[in-house]
Amino acid sequence: MMELEQSCSVLREFGSEQSLLSRPDGSSTFVQGDTSILAGVYGPAEVKVSKEIYDRATVEVLIQPKMGLPSVRERAREQCVRETCEAALLLTLHPRSSLTVILQVVHDDGSLLSCCLNAACMALMDAGLPMSLLFCGVTCAISKEGQIITDPSAQQEKESRALLTFAIDSVERSVLMSSTSGSFSVHELQQCIAVSQKASQQIFQFYRDSVKRRYSKIQ
Amino acid sequence: MRDTPLSNCEKLFLLKAIEEKKRLDGRQTYDYRNIKITFGTDYGCCIVELGKTRVLCQVTCELVPPKDSRPTEGIVFFNLELSPMASPAFEPNRQSELLVLLNRQLERCLRNSKCIDTESLCVVSGEKVWQIRVDVHVLNHDGNLMDAASIAAISALSHFRRPDVAIQGRDVTVFSPEERDPIPLSIYHMPICVSFAFFLQGSYLLVDPCEREERVKDGLLVIAMNKHQEICSIQSSGGIMLLKDQVLRCSKIASVKVSEITQLINKALENDKKIRKEGGKFGFAESMPKERITTLKRDEAPVEMTDVKETANDIVTRTETSTEAYLIAYSMGTWGIASFRTDSD
Repeated sequence: MMELEQSCSVLREFGSEQSLLSRPDGSSTFVQGDTSILAGVYGPAEVKVSKEIYDRATVEVLIQPKMGLPSVRERAREQCVRETCEAALLLTLHPRSSLTVILQVVHDDGSLLSCCLNAACMALMDAGLPMSLLFCGVTCAISKEGQIITDPSAQQEKESRALLTFAIDSVERSVLMSSTSGSFSVHELQQCIAVSQKASQQIFQFYRDSVKRRYSKIQ
Repeated sequence: MRDTPLSNCEKLFLLKAIEEKKRLDGRQTYDYRNIKITFGTDYGCCIVELGKTRVLCQVTCELVPPKDSRPTEGIVFFNLELSPMASPAFEPNRQSELLVLLNRQLERCLRNSKCIDTESLCVVSGEKVWQIRVDVHVLNHDGNLMDAASIAAISALSHFRRPDVAIQGRDVTVFSPEERDPIPLSIYHMPICVSFAFFLQGSYLLVDPCEREERVKDGLLVIAMNKHQEICSIQSSGGIMLLKDQVLRCSKIASVKVSEITQLINKALENDKKIRKEGGKFGFAESMPKERITTLKRDEAPVEMTDVKETANDIVTRTETSTEAYLIAYSMGTWGIASFRTDSD
């Protein structure tokens, strides 16, 4: 049984801006430390006949890297984000429609997948799409000494022995999606999940604060 | 996804307004929208906002063998992408006419004008040269993508720094940015594209058309120029016939605009250099406007880890023991049933 040290792990400073693009129905940018992702949402919109589903909306996620063309790595991340969105959105309200989430990597300094999830959730909120729950992404890295580091930077990710990303939901703090790489024990996994649930509280509080600020001028 | 088509009354309204020298956003005929240039944390990354049109550009480099026809010159590769975020009409991986047009114009403006010194990119003649890759992503389409893309590309190229190399005979050592300061590219001049949209068979022209104005235009004239009043490329599309003095007038307007824009780019580069030298914070995170109601920032905060170990151990032991408990319950249940049966008997 691996004992993990209690470290004072921090979430880097984060910020977001919503409705910054005029063409998409919803847009947001989410910044975690230096990692920055821009998200745009279109929907509900027309869907190609080959992709339509008769009783629910089709969710499409596109992740565009900054350099070069999208590769298999982006496809894997797209699948993670898409499955989380499908769990959160009320798809049966818009049958035979498409909901498209486009994520552009503006700068990658670690915790990319969790930043993508956060940006996607804020953009979906900005677009006003009906959701049954909100989600957020938290990345944990287990260093070679056994320390848990939340929201690791690119340097910390390179030096870690395992990297775990979880999508946590807002209602029951349960895990919607997990994407891991590296080796770790069952205890370490459960500790990382517990840490992610604690960290998600701060992110959900941030969502609430930003929405409250946004609508504070409306009487 | 398809873009909403332009209605006839909207088209007539726009053309009538242009006849009366009025624009939708209140600009004058020769006015540009507000240009904002921000640079990112790493060298060679910049975002340009031309009104609501937003373009991201990233410059990267790598060592490659040179082209056979030019063994002493480096390679510059341009790639412009219309992100599906920019407009509902843009689909991923589709070679639309607009994409080809923009790519060709960007290449003509920057490569054919020889603004980058490719000879300085040579490391070992015939074996290793630097390949500079310029990726431009269009993030929001509100008209005049060409100008925004050219401003973003030249700003990113001027901002970019390539790693320092040391050559000893045929061995090449590339130094990381921590070992030796990276070197800027050698750029001779800054060509910038200025777009003119023509309406009503060439009788009216507008500088920097927005998206709605672009939809009703008859023709487009793009002049790429630098601040030394040298024309780098001219392209006229749309099939309208322009008079000689119209083209000359446009080039005069372009030279004024280009000098203003070049000043703006240089100021932005100076600001960025100053902040980096002083050790202040830079990058997109810092450039996010704080006073807006749609933005929120939160400082670094620690994550509470006090009872993490206990909860984790709890969950693990619970999942381990629950299987045994189930077995006991199962066997107790059957035992109970058996005993019940015997009772009822």
